[in-house]
Amino acid sequence: MSLLLETRALSRSFGGLKAVEAVDFSLSRGEVRAVIGPNGAGKTTFVSLISGRIAPSSGSIFFTGEDVTALPAFRRVKRGIAYTFQITSIYANLTAEENVALAAHRPGTHAGRDYLARVGLADRAAQRAGTLSYGHQRLLEVAMGLALRPKLLILDEPTQGLSDSEIESFIGLVRDVARDATVLLIEHNMPVVMTLAHRITVLDRGRILAEGRPEDIRASDAVQRAYLGTG
Amino acid sequence: MSFFPHLLLALLEGTVAAAVLALSALGLSLVFGVMRIVNVAHGEFFMLGAMLAWWIAKMVPGGPLAGFLAALILAPALVGLLAFATERLLLRRIAYDPEATIVATIGLMFVIQQLALSVFGADAKPVAAPFTYRIAFPWFGFSGYKLFVVAASVALLLGAWWVLARTRFGLIMRVTQFDRETATAFGIPVNQVYAAVFVIGAALVAVAAVLIVPIQQAHYLMGLDPLLMSFIVVIIGGLGSIRGSVIAALIIGLADGVISMFFTPTLASIIATLAVALVLVVRPQGLFGVPAR
Amino acid sequence: MSVRIILLHAGVILALFLMQFLASDYVVLTFTRIMVLAVYALGYNILFGYTGLLSLGHAMFFATGLYGAALGVTRFGLGVPEAMLVAIGLGIIVSTVIGAVSLRASGVAFMIVTLMFSQAAFLTVLYFGDYTRGDEGIVISDEFRRFSLFGLEADLANPVLRYNLALAFLALAVAVTLAVIRSRAGHVLVAIRENESRTAMLGYDTARYKLLAFVLSGAFAAFSGASYALMFAYAGSTLASIQYSIHPLLWTLLGGAATVLGPVLGTALMFLLVDFASGFTSASLLVVGVALILLVLFFPKGILGTLRQRYLPWLP
Repeated sequence: MSLLLETRALSRSFGGLKAVEAVDFSLSRGEVRAVIGPNGAGKTTFVSLISGRIAPSSGSIFFTGEDVTALPAFRRVKRGIAYTFQITSIYANLTAEENVALAAHRPGTHAGRDYLARVGLADRAAQRAGTLSYGHQRLLEVAMGLALRPKLLILDEPTQGLSDSEIESFIGLVRDVARDATVLLIEHNMPVVMTLAHRITVLDRGRILAEGRPEDIRASDAVQRAYLGTG
Repeated sequence: MSFFPHLLLALLEGTVAAAVLALSALGLSLVFGVMRIVNVAHGEFFMLGAMLAWWIAKMVPGGPLAGFLAALILAPALVGLLAFATERLLLRRIAYDPEATIVATIGLMFVIQQLALSVFGADAKPVAAPFTYRIAFPWFGFSGYKLFVVAASVALLLGAWWVLARTRFGLIMRVTQFDRETATAFGIPVNQVYAAVFVIGAALVAVAAVLIVPIQQAHYLMGLDPLLMSFIVVIIGGLGSIRGSVIAALIIGLADGVISMFFTPTLASIIATLAVALVLVVRPQGLFGVPAR
Repeated sequence: MSVRIILLHAGVILALFLMQFLASDYVVLTFTRIMVLAVYALGYNILFGYTGLLSLGHAMFFATGLYGAALGVTRFGLGVPEAMLVAIGLGIIVSTVIGAVSLRASGVAFMIVTLMFSQAAFLTVLYFGDYTRGDEGIVISDEFRRFSLFGLEADLANPVLRYNLALAFLALAVAVTLAVIRSRAGHVLVAIRENESRTAMLGYDTARYKLLAFVLSGAFAAFSGASYALMFAYAGSTLASIQYSIHPLLWTLLGGAATVLGPVLGTALMFLLVDFASGFTSASLLVVGVALILLVLFFPKGILGTLRQRYLPWLP
């Protein structure tokens, strides 16, 4: 399998705080990778660096073999990196359909219908996005991510605030998505992580603590210490 | 007069300008720092302070000194009252939304300007200085009152610094500036703090006007220049930074004095406005300011 | 574009066309002025209403067109059509430069940056008073306002020609605005207004779109300024002052920001309101000030904006 994404010594500091420190990370095409870690581990900062929302202090990022470190966010999106926001960021005053049409770069048309159907929101196409329930807004975010037809889809805590049944359907959706795109998933919900992920990367205090298959990570003492603070 | 005396005169005039500028900009800086809004009617508060100073000095018997003292107390009080009404009836209703505040205060600016025109008329009103004392330099005479203005401004600025840094009220203002929600969580009545800050800001600029009006005449259009200059000072010095405002006022006041003396006031203004624009483009929080949270 | 949208906008233009046969000379003159300035407001609305960027400095682009045309015919020997084109071209250049610099700031900083640049431009007009004649202004005498186009002789002192030319310009501006709004770019501008960071994260070059909106609005402003100078034979510094930056904002807010006909309605209403008020007060700016405050407090969507929200969701 070829390398889709690679970071070399990627770092980002905010003043004195080293949010992400010298991270060497790589992701293969077709993987579903989960990034986990305690609060403040730097997970969102890390994916913000990859998507281009913030600039690194040092280090480099390679996507499909190309150095994208200096590229602004919108160009990375065009290259195939899609990011769904941790705090839902949709167009509240536009309809669900209009939201997805914008993501598909065919605004003002019905181009978004298929993606809405894929996430199960087809019957809410004409509804104002701001009036959707929280769970549905999350799904709309995913639909928009899909409409970008990305090579890499980054999902930042997508199941947060969803009910159990919504989480069930979400797992099915991600499996479906993973057939066409590589998925990078930040999650706190361990059952979701264990079910979906091919491999898991554990971040702690800005550094990679461990990386491996789900069962190896679950068994790792170091990871348990980082999460629970005890032996 | 040869070059160096010219320069000295320019620097002295510049210092006077800087002192008044620092004082009028202080009000704008406080309001933006704590409330995060821009009050475009700020210049009109200045103009009203000057107009009221003229009117009060005319009404009060007992000579220019008595008139000046009465104006120094009453004009800021009256302008403060107007500011309070503005805050209650207008700003609070639009929930301090930055864009709406700008539009609304532009409207207020036009209203105050035109009302002043109707009530006071279009002519310039001179006000006599409370005392006249000529300081004799070897090359020129300089008004002692102008130096008094500098001293008064410095005193007020130090007073403002002291209140902000050393009193409980100053602490409350700084907390509210830092994070409105945290302040509320600490039980600080943020809306009342906003009202107080807005009123104090207006009162300060009115005081600056009372001080300057014996030097410059009162006129219903005089608010525009202080507005722009205050903007310039506050932005270059840093939105919300008092120290920055003072330093910027000094730089701008002195530069303005020198350029005006050796070139023209118009050119000085052009350079100043362009400088503001470019500073803001490069550093949106100003030179010393803290980026908005 | 649906039939009723075309009918509505064509209908408005037609009504304005017919009005000249029914109204007095004074009303015709007033409406000529309204139509010329409505073009300014229409351009401003593209930036403010649709893209969500509040510029406080558009008078500098209006003035570029104004003085470009006025100086073009009086000092540089240009004919009327050439002067119009040169003035609009200058407007595009100036707004591109100013836009490229100003758009690096956002929010309140952007407003103040545009205000500052405009103020510098105004002061520059005064500084070069030898050429611009300051607030006394340039009066363009009739000989400069005669021109021939496609073999036809025309004189801008002729009120009928003026009215219909202004109407043609307005129709053009409305058509262009409609086309832009309904285009893909227009939708992206609205997306930028609604959620700029999201729009960037969907792969759109938001900086380029914002500059496009800025230059378009600057071009409209210069077009309006050039027409104003040539039709009303006057270019003075008050037309370059802060007031003339505030006017299109007010007209747009009153008529309804983010609607195509809103700025036209707002311009007309404000003119008529000021005209009516000057019956009993010389303080027309007072009316402007009060109107702004009331609009912001109670009517932020303006007339057509509120109408659209309640009854006419299809109104562009």
